[in-house]
Parts: sequence; structure tokens; C-alpha cells
Amino acid sequence: MTLLHFAVLAPFLFAVLVPFLFKYIRKIHTGWFVLVVPLILFIYFLSFISVTSDGRDEMQRMEWVPSLGINFDLYVDGLSLLFALLITGIGTLVILYSIFYLAGKKERLNHFYVYILLFMGAMLGVVLSDNIIVLYVFWEITSISSALLISYWYTKKASVYGAQKSMYITVFGGLSMLGGFSLLYVMAGTFSIREMVGNADIILGHDLFLAAMILVLLGAFTKSAQFPFHIWLPDAMEAPTPVSAYLHSATMVKAGIYLVARMTPVFGGGAEWFWIITSFGVFTMLWGAVSAVRQKDLKAILAFSTVSQLGMIMSLLGAGSAAFYYMDGDNALYTTAILAAVFHLINHATFKGSLFMVAGIVDHETGTRDIRKLGGLMTIMPVTATISFIGLAAMAGLPPFNGFLSKELFFTGITNVVQYDMWNGDTIGMILPVVAWIASIFTFAYSAIIFFRTFRGKFKPEALPVKKVHEAPAGLLISPIVLAVAVLLISIFPNMLAYTIIEPAMMSILPGILSEGSAFYVDIYHWHGINLELMMTAGAVALGIVVYITMDKWSKLGIYQRERDIMTAAYDNGYDLLIKGSQLLTRAQMTGMLRDYLVYMLLFIIGIMFYTMFRFEGFHFGMDNASDIDIFMYFILGALVITVLLLPKVNNRMTAIILAGFAGFLVAFIFTVFRAPDLALTQLMVETVSVLLFMAVFYHLPNLTKDDITPLTKTINIVVAGLAGLMVTLVSISAFTFGQTTSLAAISEYYIENSKILAGGYNMVNVVLVDFRGLDTMLELLVLGIAALGVVSLIKLKVRESDDV
Amino acid sequence: MEILMSVVIGILFAVAVYLMFSRNIIRVLIGTLLLSHSVHLILFTMAGLQRGAPPLLFLEAEAYADPLPQALILTAIVINFGVTAFVSVLVYRTYQEHKTVDLYDLRGEKDE
Repeated sequence: MTLLHFAVLAPFLFAVLVPFLFKYIRKIHTGWFVLVVPLILFIYFLSFISVTSDGRDEMQRMEWVPSLGINFDLYVDGLSLLFALLITGIGTLVILYSIFYLAGKKERLNHFYVYILLFMGAMLGVVLSDNIIVLYVFWEITSISSALLISYWYTKKASVYGAQKSMYITVFGGLSMLGGFSLLYVMAGTFSIREMVGNADIILGHDLFLAAMILVLLGAFTKSAQFPFHIWLPDAMEAPTPVSAYLHSATMVKAGIYLVARMTPVFGGGAEWFWIITSFGVFTMLWGAVSAVRQKDLKAILAFSTVSQLGMIMSLLGAGSAAFYYMDGDNALYTTAILAAVFHLINHATFKGSLFMVAGIVDHETGTRDIRKLGGLMTIMPVTATISFIGLAAMAGLPPFNGFLSKELFFTGITNVVQYDMWNGDTIGMILPVVAWIASIFTFAYSAIIFFRTFRGKFKPEALPVKKVHEAPAGLLISPIVLAVAVLLISIFPNMLAYTIIEPAMMSILPGILSEGSAFYVDIYHWHGINLELMMTAGAVALGIVVYITMDKWSKLGIYQRERDIMTAAYDNGYDLLIKGSQLLTRAQMTGMLRDYLVYMLLFIIGIMFYTMFRFEGFHFGMDNASDIDIFMYFILGALVITVLLLPKVNNRMTAIILAGFAGFLVAFIFTVFRAPDLALTQLMVETVSVLLFMAVFYHLPNLTKDDITPLTKTINIVVAGLAGLMVTLVSISAFTFGQTTSLAAISEYYIENSKILAGGYNMVNVVLVDFRGLDTMLELLVLGIAALGVVSLIKLKVRESDDV
Repeated sequence: MEILMSVVIGILFAVAVYLMFSRNIIRVLIGTLLLSHSVHLILFTMAGLQRGAPPLLFLEAEAYADPLPQALILTAIVINFGVTAFVSVLVYRTYQEHKTVDLYDLRGEKDE
């Protein structure tokens, strides 16, 4: 238990205190107490910069289940530090923002902050764990806390729907990922990511490689909202805005990005990894951007924009994995994509975080987020408008903002693919930059829509639920201002981050491919001369303006009216089908009929019995040692068979009793013939009493009637009963033959020899019952006692009218 | 003899199961009775139906019938009697309360 472990667990520990703070200190907003946690953690993690910027890393071990190789080992390197800083840094700002956002007296802050802290701790666990099983556990906690936060206003139907949807999709991915992790363990023999990186050669050549890779990617893609799993993210916008800013744009949805980056040294270097990630990434980027333009809700636009930007980062990670194919870290041709991914990750967290907060402010102050009702807020809310302008300009990729810098790097990274002379990079790879460029046009367009539809245009006070619209209070503005300032700082001094954060992160994504003594080329600057990337940006901006200007025309088209994603329809229908299907299955199976349950059980037992007998050659048949048949036994057995065969036919209840009793007496006769006097006596007594009992009971019962069943049911009944009989016959014959042919001594010999010596009795059966197995007989008496009590209480029991028996 | 017995036991078992499939609870009751007969006979037959002396030591015979299955079956007969008694009273009471012996009509409908 080191300080680092404590840092990961601190949010969980503090979460325990939150309900008490909420209950007993009502005067102070609970958020002020919670704020301390991420702030201290942020400062703590800042101290690691000195470690990672030297190219070193730090590992803290703690044993958890050492026998299974599952240990709570934490590891800080460039990549995990970058995420840890994002989680705690944005976390601090979001909690500060939430204090003013959730200022209402009726907010259930105890719930809210417990969930937020759970998430924070789990997310830190995800990015700092070295052990994939521990990572998986934290991963699922982020899914759960995310669903809890989405359903924070659980009385709203849409909240619950969104929470369920995100839960199903991300947990499905999580389980797939667990499968992938298990396969990784099978291949590499370890749960530790560092050791897997060391064994990457074994994994790369293994048969299970592709299966493991796809399963792990399912986890990453569902979490990071890649097409077609992106549909949960727009519905997650039902969460309070601080949550959207924190989980659903800055941190949790980047867990998938983290996983892909973390696993690049393990899986990277093959065509499958490269193509799956880049193509899904680029397509998601386009899909998200085109969908965003169609949205009318500010947060929905931002959600689809997040989907799009996540796709962009994802595609860069795919493109950068080529560096492992060439094993060349010195050549910027292959590493620029990774540089762009890391840089854009930071930029996206800053500008998207501020934009979500702005959307929350607009919602808070005007009461709506519908862009058709908003407009002209610039003069009323100048500060908010300025912040959102900075964020939107960065998102649209306008110079000189940081989004422009990373967008340029993105274009460089994705166009470099064309120069790869393998995996069809120079042929099919041409599509990637083209799709990315088209997506950028729409990126600009939706950025423009957000700004101009919200802050410019005509102010429509009559459409707004809130009558007196004014600028947000200072408290709400602090956090977005801090993020906007961060955007500006990164825009002006991009290299401030280059060697402290970005390069160490690249080192951990691309370990071991730099030549001795060299470093990654990380120099970010604005002016590269007039080159392809600049032309692409200019073209995207120009066409984006065209798209925005013509909005009035195309917004009348049917496609604009359809806000729902078509994949959502697929999800909804699939969900309904699943429910209906399982209900159908349950109804078909759980009929409430004794007969059906018996048929299921017997069929299962018969099936497994025959299979086992066949599989292990259990059938034995032998006539050796079989005793002779006396002629009169044919009559006895014949009478028995005829009696029982008559039983299903008779309808008179008394005839049935007599037949059943007759069968019992014949069984007693068989016992007599085969030298079992005790059994015969007991059977006779029991049978007599039973028949009398039946007479007494059946006297009060109605006569038997023919069963009202279909011929099919009857046939099935006969077939199953016949099979069961056959099974019993075969088992009986096999058991007898096996007993006769095996050389194992029968345990009966012991009783025959010792009945007299040890127990002093001559009747061996009695000695076994009352002496050798005396305790069993005692318990048997107990069973009889319980049955007798049951009989008595059943007769005494009076059912009242209202009771349902 | 054992082979023939096994066949008879199979028929007994099949009829017992068939009766238990019935919708009429009285037939189910008779089915359980037959089922226990067939199980007793299986235990009995498995050990072999040799005509040794009955398992009584004072007969001082060369060979005895196997006492162990007999002890087991004896226990089973008695337990089975307890079960039969309980179930028949249950059937009786069920009919008294619900005026039907049809299992289809006796189904609970609340939990569906």
C-alpha cells in the first residue's frame, strides 16, 4: 500500500463520507468538500511529470491474489500520467462547476457526488493498473457509475432509457474485453501489460491473436463510442451537464482510446490492427460529423461531435501503429499520427469540456437547449459567448487555435498512410484522407451552427421558458474560463506540453522502437508553409461555410428532420425482439404443468444417460451367471406386466386401487421367491396399509376421467415413457453384468462375516438396518415422523376464502 | 432371469412415468407408487437373483442372498410408504379445497 495506491483509492474512501457530509452539513454545498479530492490528486500527479519527462516510469506493486497472478500493481508512465492529469484536472473543474450548476435545494447531492467519486477512482484505476484483470474491474465500475450518473434524474423516462442503453452496450463490450484478456493470458502467460509487451512476439504469432484482438477492440470501441456502438453516447446526454462534460467527453469515453494506445505495443504492427482501427475511426468521424449537423439540441450536437472526434483520435492510433511494422521511431512519417492523437486528445478535453459547460450555462439561464428557440444571446451573455467562440474555433480547426494545430497534424498523419508501401496503404489508403477531409467540412459546419444559432441571429425571448435571461453567475463561468484559457495557452505555446506530456506519452505508446539516444520528433508550430494540410483545412473551412449558409435550404429536407440515428432503431428493435423472444421462450417452457417439467427433466436425463453410456462404452450384456428361469415365474411376471399395462386404461378409481395393490402383492411375491423374507413381509404390510389408505382417500375423490390431451401430446408421452423404460432396462442389465464380471469384492461379504461376530445377530438384513447402519434407520424414523406430522396438519388445515393455495 | 426381470422393470418404469404425465393427480399418485416398485426391483436385480439361502445366518448355508440391497430396499419401502401417505392426503385435501383433480386447472396463474 503505497501513496500511489492510496491516490487511486482515495476517491472511493472519500465517497463513504459524502452521505454524512450531505446529511449533517446542509449549510455548505457538499461539492466544496468533494472538490478537495481531485485538486489534491491533481497536484500529486503533477509531481510525476519530473519522473516521466526523463523517460523513466514508476511501478508500485501490491499483492492481491498472487496465486492467480492478479495483483494490484500500479504503473505511472507518460500515457497513464496524461490520463491521470486529465481525470483529476478536468475533474476539479467539473466539480467546481457542478457546485453552481446543481444549486437547487432538492438535488440529491449525496448520490451525485458518490457516483462522481466512484467514477473518478475507477477511471484512475483503469489508466494506472498494470494488471488487466484489475483494469477490467475498474473498467466495469466506470460503466456502472456512468449509468448511475445518466439516470441521476431517474424520474425522467429518457434518463433511464439512456442509462440502460449505455449500460448494455458498454458492459457487452466489457465482457468481450474480458474474453480478450483471458485469451491474452493464455498466449502470454501473464496478466501484466508490461510483461505482455515483452512477449509481444509470442502473441503476434499465436493462433488466438486475431480473436483476442477483436474482443479487446470490442471493449474499446463500445466505450469510446465508435460506429456502430456510438448510439449510447447521444442518449447519455440526459445526464446533468457536468457529467456530460466530464464522463462523456473528456475522460470515460477516452478509456477506449487509452486501451487501444496501451495495447498498441502488444497488437500493433499487423495489417488487421491497422485497418480495423483506422477504418472504423475514420468512418465514425464522418458519421458523427454528419449526424451532428442534423441535431437541434445543443448537447446532442456536442455528443455527436464527440463521437466524431473520438473516431478521429482512434484512426490516428491505427495509422501510427505502422511504426511497429517498420520498427522505426526516428522517422516522423510513422510517428506523426501518434503525436497528433496524443495532442488532439488533450485539445479535445480542453475545448469540448468548456463547450459542454457553456451548453449547460445556456440551458441553465434560458431553460432550453433547442437551437431553433435560441439566438442572439451574444449581447446578453458576452462572457459565455466568448468562451464558446474560443472552444468552437478550436473545434472547427481555425488558426491559430490548438484545434488547428492538431487538425493539421491529423491531416499529416492520415495522409502519410498513402506513403506506406504495405497493407495497400498506397491504394485503398487513399480513401482515408478523403473521408477525413469530408468529415472536417461538417465539423466546421456544426461548429458554426452552434455559435451562430445560439449567440447570433434574432433573440427570441417569447420562445424561452425563462423570462429574464442574463449572464451566468461567476461561479458557473470559472471552470469554462479556465478551460478556455488552457485552450489559448496551448494555442500560443504548444511546445509547452511537447516534452513534458506529449513525448513521454508517445514513449509509452511506442516503446522500444527509437534508436539509441534519439527522441521523438515533437515540434508543434503554426506555419509550415503552404502545403497540402493547409490546403485541406482551407478547403474544409470554405466548404463548411457553404454548408452552413445553405442550411436554410437543406434543413427542409426529410433527412434533417430525422434526428434519431438509424443505428438506434436497430438497437431498439433488437432490444424489443430480445425481450419478446425471451418472454416467448419462458412462456413456452414454464407452462406450470407437472407433465411438461417431467418431460424436460426425463428427456435431459435420458439424453445424458445414453450419451454417457455410449461415450464411455457403459453398455454391458452377458448371460453368464444369470440364474435360470422357473416356469411359474413367467406367470408371475406376466401377471405383473398385464396388471400395470391395464392401469392407464381403467377409469374406475377403485379398480385402479385394486390393480395397484395387486401389483404390489406380486412384487412381494417376487421378493419371497428370491430369498428376501424381510422384504416380502414389509412389502405385504405396507401394501395392505396403502390399499386401505387409498380406499379411504379415494372414496372422497371423483372417478378418473380420460385425459383431455391432443394425440401429439399422447404420442410424446408414450415415446418419452418408453425411452425412460428402455433406459432403465439397459442400466439394470449393464449393472448386473458389470457386477458379475468385475473382480471387485462385494462389500456384502463383510456383513455376512461380521453379523454374528460384531453384532450378535443372525438376520443379516436386520443387523445392517439396526446396527451397522443404525443411524440411517433413526433418520428414516424421523422422515416418517415428519410425514405423519404433515398428514395431521394437512387434515387440520383450514383454508380461508382469501388464501391462495 | 435377470435379463427378463430387467425387461419387466423397464415396462413397470415406463408405465409409471406415463401415469405421472397424466393431468389427473390421482394417476400421478399411482404412477409414483409403481415407480418405487420398479426402483426396488432394480436394486434387487442388480445384485443378482441367485438362489442362495435367505440372509439368515442360523441356516448355516454355503451361500446367502446378498443382504445389503435387501436392507436398502427395506428402508426404501418404508420411506416410500411415508411419501405415499403424505401425497394421498395432499391429494385429498387439494380436492376438498379446489374441487378438482386436474393439474391443468390447479396451475397457479399469479406468477405468469
